[in-house]
Amino acid sequence: MEIRTDSTSLDIDRHEGNLIKELRSSSTKPVTEPSGWLSEDLKRNIFLTTVDNVLNWGRKSSLWTETAFTACCTFEFISLSSSRFDIARFGMEVLRSSPRHADLIITAGTLTWKMAPQIKRVYEQMAEPKWVIAMGACGITGGIFADSYSVVPGYNRILPIDVYIPGCPPRPEALLAGIELLRKKVEKRSFLQG
Amino acid sequence: MLSEFSLIALFILIVMGFATTLVLIPQALKKIGIVPSKPSEVKYEPYECGLETIGETWVQFKIRYYFYALLLITLDITVIFLYPWAVELKNLGSSSLGVIFSFIGILAVGYIYAWRKGALEWK
Repeated sequence: MEIRTDSTSLDIDRHEGNLIKELRSSSTKPVTEPSGWLSEDLKRNIFLTTVDNVLNWGRKSSLWTETAFTACCTFEFISLSSSRFDIARFGMEVLRSSPRHADLIITAGTLTWKMAPQIKRVYEQMAEPKWVIAMGACGITGGIFADSYSVVPGYNRILPIDVYIPGCPPRPEALLAGIELLRKKVEKRSFLQG
Repeated sequence: MLSEFSLIALFILIVMGFATTLVLIPQALKKIGIVPSKPSEVKYEPYECGLETIGETWVQFKIRYYFYALLLITLDITVIFLYPWAVELKNLGSSSLGVIFSFIGILAVGYIYAWRKGALEWK
């Protein structure tokens, strides 16, 4: 169904409902994170270490975060981004409001099915290469709302997650540990895998 | 005489070269395959906070905004001049009071003119 400016609000609601239903029925299983690029075979056979090192150094030193924060874990992230915990040392202090500038999405908070299409769309509009951190119990499994009809049981139903950070909410230190893990993962990337 | 400006010409050339290189580097890296390119339909659609666009994305803004922006700039300039004046008021003495009031008076004339002309009304 096409949405136009002269569509009634009922039409728009119905269109949105259909989108959500479609997404919900198509994402019953977790999205597997494509881990082919982590295999060691290619690395052993082809030596491109310097190029990879330079590229990965650049990528891991400027992980810009998309501001797509859905619930309360956000406050731990805000705390992390301010002076006490200071993610500026990782070159991450730039929070982008446009997915075109961002290469990391931190899923801070409970995700409802109503919000799920938007988050998926924002992720799809981000530039390559992109990474996702699932933050908190709700981000991983849906947390205490896992049985609810309206809550997505874990972001991995709609996005491929790179790093999981447990906690309800995780302390900023835990988030720092997760970011460290992600940086290690970025280091392993080789441009041959695309 | 004109040769004195040759440095500026050189500067313009360097700036243009620099800008072009910055635009071309990602394109070249994409051609080689270093920068991953995974185009999709959704990726190239306009970004509207994750929502689908309803209607046209390229809309014309009302010209009224321009008047407001212009009037706001005059207000900003008033504040910019008033602030250092207020800080240095003790040293400048009472004569500066007349100067600043005449300055505000000039701006006020402009404001009153805009007001009387109806620039502050949203039509």
